[in-house]
Amino acid sequence: MSPMLRTALVIGLSLALSAAAVAADFATLLQGLDTRNFREKMTVTEQIAGSGHPRAAAVLTALSAGDLYVDDASGRVVIRHDDGPVTDAATGEPVASHGGLDRVIANILMRRRIEGALSRLRLNAPAPQMRLKAVRGLFGDLDENTVALLRERRDAEDDPRVAAALAVGLALYDLREGSRGERMAAIDELGGNLAPEARNALRQAAADGALPGPVREAAASALARTQTWVSFYDRVEQIFFGLSLGSVLLLAAVGLAITFGVMGVINMAHGELIMLGAYTTFVLQQLMPGHIGLALVLSVPAAFLVAGAFGVVIERGVIRHLYGRPLETLLATFGISLILQQLVRTVFSPLNRSVSAPEWLSGSVVLNPVLSLTVNRLVIIAFALAVFTLLVLVLNRTSLGLKVRAVSQNRAMARAVGVRSDWVDAATFGLGAGVAGIAGVALSQLTNVGPNMGQSYIIDSFLVVVFGGAGNLLGTLVGAMTLGVLNKFLEPATGAVLAKILVLVFIILFIQKRPKGLFPQRGRAAEA
Amino acid sequence: MRTIRKRLAGVVAGLALAGSVGGAHAAEEPIKVGVLHSLSGTMAISESTLKDTMLMLIEEQNAKGGVLGRKLEPVVVDPASDWPLFAEKARQLITQEGVDVIFGAWTSVSRKSVLPVVEELKVPLFYPVQYEGEESSKYVFYTGAAPNQQAIPAVNYLRNMLGIERFVLEGTDYVYPRTTNKILKRYLMDRGVAEEDILVNYTPFGFSDWQSEVARIKEFGSQGKPTAVVSTINGDANVPFYKELANQGVSAADIPVIAFSVGEQELSGIDTAPLVGHMSAWNYFQSIDTPANEAFIERWHEYIGDDSRVTNDPMEAHYIGFNMWVKAVEKAGTADPEAVVDAMIGVTAPNLTGGVAAMMPNHHITKPVFIGEIQDNGQFAAVWQTPGMVAGDAWSDFLPESSKIISDWREPLACGNYDVTTGECSGQEY
Repeated sequence: MSPMLRTALVIGLSLALSAAAVAADFATLLQGLDTRNFREKMTVTEQIAGSGHPRAAAVLTALSAGDLYVDDASGRVVIRHDDGPVTDAATGEPVASHGGLDRVIANILMRRRIEGALSRLRLNAPAPQMRLKAVRGLFGDLDENTVALLRERRDAEDDPRVAAALAVGLALYDLREGSRGERMAAIDELGGNLAPEARNALRQAAADGALPGPVREAAASALARTQTWVSFYDRVEQIFFGLSLGSVLLLAAVGLAITFGVMGVINMAHGELIMLGAYTTFVLQQLMPGHIGLALVLSVPAAFLVAGAFGVVIERGVIRHLYGRPLETLLATFGISLILQQLVRTVFSPLNRSVSAPEWLSGSVVLNPVLSLTVNRLVIIAFALAVFTLLVLVLNRTSLGLKVRAVSQNRAMARAVGVRSDWVDAATFGLGAGVAGIAGVALSQLTNVGPNMGQSYIIDSFLVVVFGGAGNLLGTLVGAMTLGVLNKFLEPATGAVLAKILVLVFIILFIQKRPKGLFPQRGRAAEA
Repeated sequence: MRTIRKRLAGVVAGLALAGSVGGAHAAEEPIKVGVLHSLSGTMAISESTLKDTMLMLIEEQNAKGGVLGRKLEPVVVDPASDWPLFAEKARQLITQEGVDVIFGAWTSVSRKSVLPVVEELKVPLFYPVQYEGEESSKYVFYTGAAPNQQAIPAVNYLRNMLGIERFVLEGTDYVYPRTTNKILKRYLMDRGVAEEDILVNYTPFGFSDWQSEVARIKEFGSQGKPTAVVSTINGDANVPFYKELANQGVSAADIPVIAFSVGEQELSGIDTAPLVGHMSAWNYFQSIDTPANEAFIERWHEYIGDDSRVTNDPMEAHYIGFNMWVKAVEKAGTADPEAVVDAMIGVTAPNLTGGVAAMMPNHHITKPVFIGEIQDNGQFAAVWQTPGMVAGDAWSDFLPESSKIISDWREPLACGNYDVTTGECSGQEY
């Protein structure tokens, strides 16, 4: 064996040995996570982040996601995602686990620390999306070291969005620490950028007495430019919030617009029909575990049928005996609402039930750092409009719709030409009830599904119908959207409690002036 | 008896049997225990569990032979989440049913409604829920947390451990959040937090459209300083609030929320995966690993017949309160309400988290304070706790008008509202 070869062998061997020692050290380090003391856990987390070990990123990701466990039997720290295979945290190799697994719980502080550490590690990740997240993650943590990393990355970056984010990050640092020239360049870079970090940096620079006058002025004017856009997007956001609230009101009220508006029945159990729709969603989700989204879609026809069937029963059983006696109808339907609530309490328990949101209804569409629209609200706005359109078509383009309008306008004449008014009454009420059930499906995505959920919508529904003008579907649409937007524009200025009161006062005044609502029915039907 | 639901039928039948067997000793009549919790209406979601807890505790005590050789007989009424009805039902329990003690109420307004009744008829009420303080009655024993046993340690945790500098005090619009936020705002400003760094906002009961509020919190939290939300949002409104937070992408790492009214029971109605890391401050968590707690959870599951039912803080408060009452009856040698009220002060009972609770002279008890982070299984992981027990303070030290008032129901002071500067006991007893 030549001396050279021997040296190489020795070096190789010692490297392998030290690698083994490092691996053992790392495994021992991980054991330190098996404690109830969060201060100790934090120390270990920092050591892992600083270890530079190739498994560090995987371990930290698992710890943050709650996928890190301690094996009861061997005391080994392992990683397991959901019900997947168990792997050794220190080596990444699959291991057999016989005992139970105890999760290593991370608290917020540890998760924040991990987020920072991972940002550094992911700065050179292959996926641009990851790099973008990493760069943004470092905005709050800019010092010489991280800035050096960012500069290094800037020279190698080819994705334009990541490059833009890198420029912002470096400008943030320059504005704080740079020379006068660098600061002016940074202000140019940050002006018009909507990211909160950029705005905060400019705000600080504009107020910083230690900076020379021109720099402060430049920062102030750059900030003013940004603020114009920010307030514009704030307005857009408010309108979106208003339309979203309006679409919820529309869904809740449109069924009532038929039973109360077209038929003239004061149905106090309307809210409970909404509740039945929501419970239908719950039941379907229970019947189809693992298919939450599909269950939700199927709930739309199912809720229509369930609530519609209840509606027909209520109409045939109670309401048809009380036509023309609004006070008795009010009391009887109020009684029905209490019966339905207690029925649900007995069948499902008084506790709220959990209806899950499918993946495609979660999160938001981020348009820019200031404006993002939540997906579930977008879908519900579209859904409300679709239901509304469908209902208008049914009432105006189908034979049922024709008969409904005929009976509501002149019952005697309709009967004389051969319309079975009894059957039409039941079908109309069933239609209104069914639409309330559909509203329940949508509301189950936004609020609690419980025995009391109907009560929170009944008053709003009547307000919308009365405000829009009873008997007019278009009025319901305009009324719901107007009240929604009005409410959301008042809320930031007055608070939610006062906003609600002001809207009520507005409606009272409006009804004083125009007792028949926004779009009163005209002609003979109005007098009937 | 006729008002008792079918759930109780078994218990009642058992008691009736026990009663008839013991009929030979005519003097050994059962001690009647009133249970005043809503079983219908909005509060049924929270209060019906406490009714079951009380029935379980009473059943257990009877299995041990009752108290002073006498069996306990629960009398359950339903005040139906209707505040004035609480007063009527309390009066009915005392004057018609002849109960010697009442366990009940949840909301502050229902407690305030019952208070004049128990003071007039001189029967003790054990109130198991965290509340706003600023009250002390001779006949009310507060086994839930006062603000200094929940809210103050919670903001200390935010400031000292998480380095929070900006606070959003978000609450439902009624007496508990308003008083608590008043105390917290004063407390924070006394400790150098600027007024513009505190945002106070209220929403109505059962509020469900949180879009603007969450957008405002996001905006308030994006000004460069670490921000947290201190939530006194009550009941149902929490679910849409947390859903909106998750949908607008506000995570616990950005803007953590610490809540005082969200426990295991409230979380059992939601998917908690997006909430991991948000916090609650309580004096008990189901996840706290002690032999006493494990045994309690096991008995609860057995009693209710459903392993998925959770335990929570007010249940522990009833557990402590009930055991204290039993000890006080034994100490007094009688179940006579006046004698028991006098015997209560100084009575101790073990809690479920490994400590011992003591009844203080101001009718509040000592409790440990825990901060728990929400986990994806709907439970909390305790991440911090006070080093020792904290005694409940009836009158907040952080409000100028109440810091000079103390409560001590021992003789010779025997006053719930004693002004130390003037040396006068206010005629008002609460």
